[in-house]
Amino acid sequence: MANIEKNIIDGLTGLRDWVDDRFPLMQNWNEHLAKYYAPKNFNFWYYFGSFALLVFAIQILTGIWLTMNYKPSAADAFASVEYIMRDVSWGWFIRYMHSTGASAFFIVIYLHMFRALLYGSYKKPRELLWLSGMGLYLVLMGEAFFGYLLPWGQMSYWGAQVIISLFGALPIIGDDLSLWIRGDFVVSDVTLNRFFSLHVIAFPLLIFGLIGAHILALHEVGSNNPDGVEIKKNKNAEGIPVDGIPFHPYYTVKDIFGATVFLIFFFGVVFFMPEMNGYFLEHANFVPADPLKTPEHIAPVWYFTPFYAILRAVPDQLGGVIAMGLATNIFLLLPWLDRSPVKSTRYRGWNFRCALTLFVISFLVLGWLGMQPVTPLFTWMARFFSLVYFAFFLLMPFYTAIDNDKSVPDRVKD
Amino acid sequence: MDNSNVDKGRRRFLTAAATVVGGAGAAAGAVPFIATMTPSEKTKAIGAPVEVDISKLKPGERMIQKWQGKPVWILRRTQEMLDDIASQDEAVSDPASETSSQPEYARNEYRAREDEYLVVIGICTHLGCSPTFVLKDGDNSPVVDWKGGFFCPCHGSRFDLAGRVFKGVPAPTNLVIPPYKFISPSQLLIGDDSEAA
Repeated sequence: MANIEKNIIDGLTGLRDWVDDRFPLMQNWNEHLAKYYAPKNFNFWYYFGSFALLVFAIQILTGIWLTMNYKPSAADAFASVEYIMRDVSWGWFIRYMHSTGASAFFIVIYLHMFRALLYGSYKKPRELLWLSGMGLYLVLMGEAFFGYLLPWGQMSYWGAQVIISLFGALPIIGDDLSLWIRGDFVVSDVTLNRFFSLHVIAFPLLIFGLIGAHILALHEVGSNNPDGVEIKKNKNAEGIPVDGIPFHPYYTVKDIFGATVFLIFFFGVVFFMPEMNGYFLEHANFVPADPLKTPEHIAPVWYFTPFYAILRAVPDQLGGVIAMGLATNIFLLLPWLDRSPVKSTRYRGWNFRCALTLFVISFLVLGWLGMQPVTPLFTWMARFFSLVYFAFFLLMPFYTAIDNDKSVPDRVKD
Repeated sequence: MDNSNVDKGRRRFLTAAATVVGGAGAAAGAVPFIATMTPSEKTKAIGAPVEVDISKLKPGERMIQKWQGKPVWILRRTQEMLDDIASQDEAVSDPASETSSQPEYARNEYRAREDEYLVVIGICTHLGCSPTFVLKDGDNSPVVDWKGGFFCPCHGSRFDLAGRVFKGVPAPTNLVIPPYKFISPSQLLIGDDSEAA
């Protein structure tokens, strides 16, 4: 017996060495997993990067299978989605995984971004890591927007109509730009067909490439951690950070445990509440698109509502579009707006702590307001919280510069 | 290979020239990809005028006709509706339709060829939703003292019964009036106003 085992192991080792002479297999395994040293003090907030990767895999897999039965034309799209739901074996399962995956993606990404705010992960030397992540977030918004048109329901149609009209509000080029995006004078079969192309090919490829850049950037500068201490400053004789542990097996095991818990919740939604009371799949989208009639109450899916509330808060058309564009893109400037030398909120003063709390509250309230019908009270609330939202960023150079930060320890705390 | 006598200036010039020429080629190559996304000949041809029979439209009623894929509303206005429009010149932001889009014959208080019939594209000038027709005595009036008009559920823009936008709402201009003409007292042609009678 022992001989057979030995022979198998020798054979596999031989195969590995054969590959290694021709392809950097072990080199990459070591560089990114077995000898990538991550800080030893990762906590709960450090799950969400790996969850995002997991959801991406789910979306790609289910997306490929949905494409096998979906028909991207105005005449057939709605019916083909119903066909997937009713007639295709397990079609409902594949589709609910994909629709739940869309919302899960944004939940995970928002928490991942909040982690960066909490521990200053966007600060020097991680500016490009932050920018590539923001690029991913913006491309993901586009991907979700294109995908939402495909079922060709009333919300799909009028949502796309409103979002494309945002570009039409730009001066001079607006009308031609929105015509170019639609390829027609209204949202039509032409628009649906090209959104399908962008949703299943162009944007997934972009996301794939950006994830690669994001991970390469991360592994170049090294992970931040809840203490905001640079572990590379304290290395032992072999050049290994003393506060670091190899990603594999320590964090691969942690992430596999996390993924298991995540998937329990994920499939809980898929099986028991795939519509999430109209938050994940909006009720109006169970009616086929009607270009002559807007639903009584339209709202984007929850992950766009904070920005939608900001759009509605501004009483001027172009002003609203600019405010909305600014609200989504202003995160890009974060590394340069923050003047504090301290990364983690653990050692930051109360200025930043209060500002971050107010920002999170304004983001959540705006998200709620974006789902509500327009009333004068809600409009004024949206205006107030839009101001709080922008103040977080625009006043940051001032309140972080004079913050009473604490001293940061040299090593991560046990 | 001997690299000692490299003419660096010449090499830089050739690199720059090749970059510029290659860049121009790439830009030219992008043209067909961008152009293929503009409306095709078939798409452009679909915008033909449509004929509408309005003989069954009663006073105070509205009908919806599809033209170029967009909803066109035809509203037959009563004298009371016309009076209500005239009484609200102060409340609308462009009462004489100076900055709004309409054919010359509809640039007037009632924004119509014939005061009785409003023909208007039912797409909000804000972000393209189709507003709802709300009557004067409807129980879902968007504001107090509502005299009838159109209310956009998306972002709360309001228009009067001539499609004129009220002040303080996000829509920048009045609703768009399409080109149209009467080919008989009960027949309307939308999308064509040539040789208008």
